[in-house]
Amino acid sequence: MYQVNENGYFGEFGGAYIPEILFSNVETLKNQYRAILEDPSFQQEVDQLLADYVGRPSPLYHAKRLSEHYGCQIYLKREDLNHTGAHKINNTIGQIVLAKRLGKTRIIAETGAGQHGVATATVCALMNMECIVYMGKTDVERQELNVQKMRMLGASVYPVTSGNQTLKDATNEAMRDWCSHPVDTFYIIGSTVGPHPYPDMVERFQSVISREMKEQLQTKLGRNYPDYILACIGGGSNAAGAFHHYLDEPRTQLIAIEAAGKGTDTDETAASILLGRLGILHGSKSLIMQTEDGQIIEPYSISAGLDYPGVGPLHAHLARTGRSTVLAATDAEALTAAMELTRMEGIIPALESAHALAGLSKITFKPEDVVVVNLSGRGDKDMDTYLRYI
Amino acid sequence: MKTRIQQLFENKHSNITSVYYTAGFPQPDATRPILKALQDKGIDLVEIGIPFSDPMADGPVIQASSHQAISEGMNLKKLFEQLEGMRTEIHIPVILMGYVNVIMQFGIEAFCKACTQVGVDGVILPDLPMHDYLEAYKPIMDAYGLSMVLLITPETSTERILEIDKNTDSFIYMVSSAATTGAQTAFDAKKQDYFQRIHAMNLKNPCLIGFGISNKATYDAACKNAQGAIIGSRFITCLRQHPNDYAQAVDALLKQLQQ
Ligand SMILES: Cc1ncc(COP(=O)(O)O)c(C=O)c1O
Repeated sequence: MYQVNENGYFGEFGGAYIPEILFSNVETLKNQYRAILEDPSFQQEVDQLLADYVGRPSPLYHAKRLSEHYGCQIYLKREDLNHTGAHKINNTIGQIVLAKRLGKTRIIAETGAGQHGVATATVCALMNMECIVYMGKTDVERQELNVQKMRMLGASVYPVTSGNQTLKDATNEAMRDWCSHPVDTFYIIGSTVGPHPYPDMVERFQSVISREMKEQLQTKLGRNYPDYILACIGGGSNAAGAFHHYLDEPRTQLIAIEAAGKGTDTDETAASILLGRLGILHGSKSLIMQTEDGQIIEPYSISAGLDYPGVGPLHAHLARTGRSTVLAATDAEALTAAMELTRMEGIIPALESAHALAGLSKITFKPEDVVVVNLSGRGDKDMDTYLRYI
Repeated sequence: MKTRIQQLFENKHSNITSVYYTAGFPQPDATRPILKALQDKGIDLVEIGIPFSDPMADGPVIQASSHQAISEGMNLKKLFEQLEGMRTEIHIPVILMGYVNVIMQFGIEAFCKACTQVGVDGVILPDLPMHDYLEAYKPIMDAYGLSMVLLITPETSTERILEIDKNTDSFIYMVSSAATTGAQTAFDAKKQDYFQRIHAMNLKNPCLIGFGISNKATYDAACKNAQGAIIGSRFITCLRQHPNDYAQAVDALLKQLQQ
């Protein structure tokens, strides 16, 4: 019911709205990705890398002080402990192995916070592939450490100067590069966005998060489901991965937390599910923040990874069907939550993940409720911001 | 009854010169006077771009013109107001080119109705795949007598080209190369091979070659291998150089196509 259908739609959201020049490339991917993903030798290669290179399974950590504070049982899914510091590498490992099998030689990617860019540059170094990363100029400046890492890893980082110079503009430029190199290039998209089959494919690569969660909960608690899962939403990949194996589990409430920026009642926000209308951006139909005329609105969030005017089609569908509950956390709430986790548990979260943590204070829990927060990344890249605001 | 586009291709078989420009650029009220200037200078067919904030298939020149037009308040409603009554003075075919999101927000039916009302002949939506067009858009566009111009590229399979040819009643937009819009100085042997491959297919529809046409070499290559050429970015650049004299901008373009 929450799976993509054969035309590439989740309910009314999805599809592949791409220029003709990309049709053949995307059609080939669409026709082959499932067979490749289900091929045991592919799975073995990916699983081996996830175990030995990424460091999976990521721990499920019972955060006792935080639990006490919120009056429930909080578990953190520690994606921050992955190699390169976020969930993003689960997806780039999958896509690079896929790209190799499709015979591609050149890799492109967009990045916001730089986490996906670093995760892509990393797997390209690993596989000895040419890597080009598009990044908005604003983000190049606010995520300098990640830019330096990408360059050290051998990637070319192109600062994008159109629009607001953030994730949306970086994605436009990556799409244009793809249109100009439709044969040899594989576009490693960093979230559950883009034309079909990307949203479904990225969800599958990230689904390792909830696959492990099930086993870990079973071992720890003797039941394999939580009462709540909280995850932040930019394009929606960490949330898709954390929700995937629970989509049809009615006992688990799925909570998606968007970036409210300065507030959902201001012009400076990135809450695309709450404020968006049906539209088409970057190849798929989803909820998009836009003007009455259909011009895309430049979003705003303190967090570069959530600063995106759209959302993956899965999440638009989950929200519209009532399967997920969508909340929004402001910059200030995210900063407070980041500080809280740091001082109570000794973990400095990524600003994106801090939005998920900020969701804890918006829900009334029962003491026995089991709550998993997907801690999508670590805060190294955000130290400048933290030092400035806290 | 023959459409204006069909009439054009019936009367003229080669060297058809088609020009693209962005609505509302270089000034918000420039749309109509530019159209008139193009017709007066003998341009055969015009494509007016509906500005979009995130034009995936466009290079820097058209991106910049779109952003300027949007920031100065251009939108689809204004465009239709500007085109209202154009058929009293404009007899060449006029096509609107835009991205699906803008049309979707306006409403596809309302859009088709407004096109027919002002005398627009056809539409190009580069991010609308053929399958979606056939299913969701064609029935409505047919009802309003609007032609959809579909694109083919060097990556389009023979089978798909034949399907596109079958579902077209105006002309085929042949994208010259794997690229976004923007000037190129020459088409290499591989592109020429592609042009000749399509030429040899003897499609039922005429073809115009666009993307990268900017000078005599590229213009002649297009005219030699198809019924004519579509020029976009180069004309936008001419408009930037002559922002207050559209006739001069067209002259500058025509001169460059001979150099
Ligand atoms: C740590 C972290 N969490 C979350 C996100 C948001 O992306 P998504 O919604 O695809 O998980 C990002 C994006 O850069 C990120 O770096």
